Amino acid sequence: MTNARLALTLLAASIALIGCGEDKKPEAKQAPVAQEKKAPPPPQTIEIKIGHVAPLTGGNAHLGKDNENGARLALEEANAAKVTIEGKQANFVLVPEDDQEDPKVGTTVAQKLVDAKVAGVVGHLNSGTSIPASPIYSQAGIPVISGSATNPKLTEQGFKTQFRVVGRDDQQGPAIASYLAEQKKPKLVAVVDDASAYGEGIANEVEKTLKAANVKVLPREKGTNKTVDWKAILTKLKGRNPDAVFYGGMTSTAGPMLKQGRELGVKAVFLFGDGACEGEMAKLAGEAAEGFLCSQAGIPPMASDKKFLDSFKKKFGEDPKQYSPFTYDAANLLIEAMKKANSADPVKYLPELAKINFKGATGQIAFDDKGDRKDAEITISVMKGGKLEPVAVVKAGKTIAFDDFVKGAGAAPAVAPAAEPAKAEEKKDEPKK
Amino acid sequence: MDIFVQQLVNGLTLGAVYAVVALGYTMVYGIIQLINFAHGEVVMIGAMVAFTVIRRLADAGLPPVLVVLIGTACAVPVCMAVGYAMERLAYRPLRRAPRLAPLITAIGVSIVLQHLAMLIWSRNVLAFPQIIPAVSFTIAGASVTGVQIAILGVCFAMMAALALLVYRTRLGRAMRATAQNPQVAALMGVDVNRVIATTFVIGAALAAVAGVLYGTYYGVVQYTFGSLLGLKAFAAAVLGGIGNIPGAMLGGLLLGIVEALGAGYIGDFSDLCSYGLGPAERCADGGHFVLFGSNYQDVFAFLVLILVLVFRPSGILGERVGDRA
Amino acid sequence: MKRRFAWAGLLLVAVTLAVLPFALAQAGTSWVRITNLAILYTLLALGLNIVVGFAGLLDLGYIAFYAVGAYAYALLASPHFGLHLPFWAILPIGAAVAAFCGILLGAPTLKLRGDYLAIVTLGFGEIVRIFLNNLSQPVNITRGPQGIAGIDPVRLAGIDFAKTDALFGLTVSGPIKYYYLLLVLMLGIILVNLRLQNSRIGRAWEAIREDEVAARAMGIHTTRLKLLAFAMGATFGGVAGGMFAAIQGFISPESFILVESVMVVSMVVLGGMGNIWGVILGAMLLSFVPEILRWTVEPAQEALFGRIVIEPEVIRMLIFGLALVLVMLFRPAGLLPSAVRKRELTVQGPEKVVS
Repeated sequence: MTNARLALTLLAASIALIGCGEDKKPEAKQAPVAQEKKAPPPPQTIEIKIGHVAPLTGGNAHLGKDNENGARLALEEANAAKVTIEGKQANFVLVPEDDQEDPKVGTTVAQKLVDAKVAGVVGHLNSGTSIPASPIYSQAGIPVISGSATNPKLTEQGFKTQFRVVGRDDQQGPAIASYLAEQKKPKLVAVVDDASAYGEGIANEVEKTLKAANVKVLPREKGTNKTVDWKAILTKLKGRNPDAVFYGGMTSTAGPMLKQGRELGVKAVFLFGDGACEGEMAKLAGEAAEGFLCSQAGIPPMASDKKFLDSFKKKFGEDPKQYSPFTYDAANLLIEAMKKANSADPVKYLPELAKINFKGATGQIAFDDKGDRKDAEITISVMKGGKLEPVAVVKAGKTIAFDDFVKGAGAAPAVAPAAEPAKAEEKKDEPKK
Repeated sequence: MDIFVQQLVNGLTLGAVYAVVALGYTMVYGIIQLINFAHGEVVMIGAMVAFTVIRRLADAGLPPVLVVLIGTACAVPVCMAVGYAMERLAYRPLRRAPRLAPLITAIGVSIVLQHLAMLIWSRNVLAFPQIIPAVSFTIAGASVTGVQIAILGVCFAMMAALALLVYRTRLGRAMRATAQNPQVAALMGVDVNRVIATTFVIGAALAAVAGVLYGTYYGVVQYTFGSLLGLKAFAAAVLGGIGNIPGAMLGGLLLGIVEALGAGYIGDFSDLCSYGLGPAERCADGGHFVLFGSNYQDVFAFLVLILVLVFRPSGILGERVGDRA
Repeated sequence: MKRRFAWAGLLLVAVTLAVLPFALAQAGTSWVRITNLAILYTLLALGLNIVVGFAGLLDLGYIAFYAVGAYAYALLASPHFGLHLPFWAILPIGAAVAAFCGILLGAPTLKLRGDYLAIVTLGFGEIVRIFLNNLSQPVNITRGPQGIAGIDPVRLAGIDFAKTDALFGLTVSGPIKYYYLLLVLMLGIILVNLRLQNSRIGRAWEAIREDEVAARAMGIHTTRLKLLAFAMGATFGGVAGGMFAAIQGFISPESFILVESVMVVSMVVLGGMGNIWGVILGAMLLSFVPEILRWTVEPAQEALFGRIVIEPEVIRMLIFGLALVLVMLFRPAGLLPSAVRKRELTVQGPEKVVS
């Protein structure tokens, strides 16, 4: 019993210590959002905190940092432009948090931001953390805009505070499927996915669209997000001789699939979602990569507004990797809504945000009643000679050839159509531990 | 029919990789009754080291096979060192401890190795340089690449070499004696510690070769691939009979075939529509109602393991383990 | 005198535990959430302690029961099937399902040696996860990798646990309410464990753990007792899983991977197998490690190197791995060993014949 008593006292002491310790290191005290500086030199400033959540460690840390950079650039430009809110000069402060792509951590940092009384949040990067975090933001009434979470469920939950500026998987899937059906007119298509939330989601959409277009679809084949040996499945498909194979998954599994497919003599055209739409595929699949098609939510980074691209490059010394134009727009949307409502109080500027119409680096942005972006664009690209070239943009159900789109959009792309979206190992809604 | 042959070829190649890894497991288990959880990580380290070397030499203009051999030659000593360190630091002090202890240690070692590899080689998927020209032959309607034939050849060669070592040399005799009864072997003049260390080292060398085979065949390596591969290879070793060298070989090949054929055919076999049993609205129009698709591919290895352990724990060819005092 | 100290100590502990969430909330409600997660892991560790610590059966797939409990809750209280059973109904159902799974796992493994048992339980854990991930086709039962969202929070005695209320001038937020519920559950499980340990069943488990053949010779029904161990451990895992689903509101198979099983095993091993207080200490320590790392290692690396050289996640896993190895080498019975286990696990016998 002595042992137990000692242990009990130790336990109590340690808990007390932790408790007291935490009092001394406050996560973020009740920092008022509006702070009046009684400083002699006018103008008076108001500090507005905007949170940003993305994985800053782990497999997608480079994408997380990219997202953060986009938001940061927006806030800095707003500060330089001396925006006035509530009659005071706004000082926008970015509060970056790392959710490690883990839903448990995602809810914890969401709570942290709520405790810190941020005025709005840009994030998260992954759907897998955005979804469980959204009720927390909703309860606190804090608007949150994601620049990269594509799982449809995010905005189906009915939270008025949840928005996104990037297209959904159930827009991307139909986009590439209808492109396939119209352009290649296949008789039989095989659909494979990696049994992840993203892969299965987009594969389901592709299958639905193809069936609606009266294309025959083989029974679904599945791997995992770590499958490297696709030969069994590919051999089975080869026996059915499909004209096209769509795979919902990431580069790390798509590359081997492509390579092994060609080795086995599968003659179909391969299509992928944005999870495998990057130059790295050429490295993993070698010559087999030639000619595959893939889709991406939004427009290629290189086709976004030139001014944004230049400022980004100047400030961070590198090109935007993937979704930073979207987080840039998301941050600017928050700021714009605050300007319109002339208040940083979420209660006041949320209605403005819901009905906003804004030209961002990724084009014209407006939200529908679910919080999704109206008429989000999807780009279809083809791999030619080791580089990805955009061939078409699908917007509001219509497929436009890429060159026409570029001419129509007005904002000239910084680089000629050979856009190569940079490396992305794993993307948004792969809830990874 | 040629699909079936192709699946067999796929399965055999996959099985050959499993077999080489299983040989390492079986050797270690045979001699000290320890499931070396970290064995899969040693395979991964072998593949990673070879990757680094091959990538450096890829443009040097040397014949591709030579480059691969140099890569292997670099991977083997590294893995042997890792194997020796593992044995010496983590397992030897626990040799007389109850079985639970070295098992938990092995898990710990596996985690440490995996994350050290991650620090060195990053989390990313690494592409093995595709230097070996792809030659394929058509045998009985199935396409077989040169690499696949090489893998099968290497696998058999490894098994033969190991069997030779264990049954025809003094060291092998010492190993068998230690496996049977360490105390008596020691009394007979066998340096038990050295023999056990050598077993680990040889197992690690085999792991290195398996790693290179894996990398060359699939073309991609990542710091996580070792653990699942290791588990499946252990299942293969148990299937064939733990401690039994031809058993490991047989178990590996069998497991590979089961996985390939399973993934290829279970979808069709469990399609209720083809039996007329599925719900009408799903089966209409050539629809499908598949109960178990290829998604369950990974489950096969575990299922095989459980079935073997429940119905025939000594494996197909019978196990060869000594009695642990 | 001793009696009085014991009561005083207990009172101190009780007061600390009762006041803790409000103290933490001062620093931010996120700390309460972190504590809730730590308590969940403690529940898991206590459950696993029954299997590994009391009965000596190394279970490397324990997280499967957590998953089963979580999914049972999610399927019965979410928009997925449109069922919204009340909390007090679901928890027993979840516990029963988990217990059933425990028996399912236990039955074929009764005759297996320790190491084989470990691998088979590992396989079982993976099989459960794969099934949960793939039961979205052909019939959508678990929604597969998409996971189940919108899980009902706990609604008990008219209190909705997701909303924030004011009580006696204090803000009682959702996490704080969950804290008390979890605390009650934990105390309950501790009580059950203590009673078990000192009961006939507990002693029978000890006998099986030390020498199964002798135990059977003494007339102990080893089969039944092993199954009971699995079932009880599974039940606690299932209950913890249900709470997890309710608190987080969203579950997916990604939360129930092998790494989690290994973590729970680490907590039990590190804390002290078989010793309830040790296990609690182990669980608490290892649950707060990520937060400690974030506070210490990250800024230290930033200060020294200007950037993060080794991510906290990696350091955390390295610590787990090293902890397992080092604990087994130097203190195999754990930080707070139970005297019995200490005796069992320390290397016995005459010094090695070969050195």
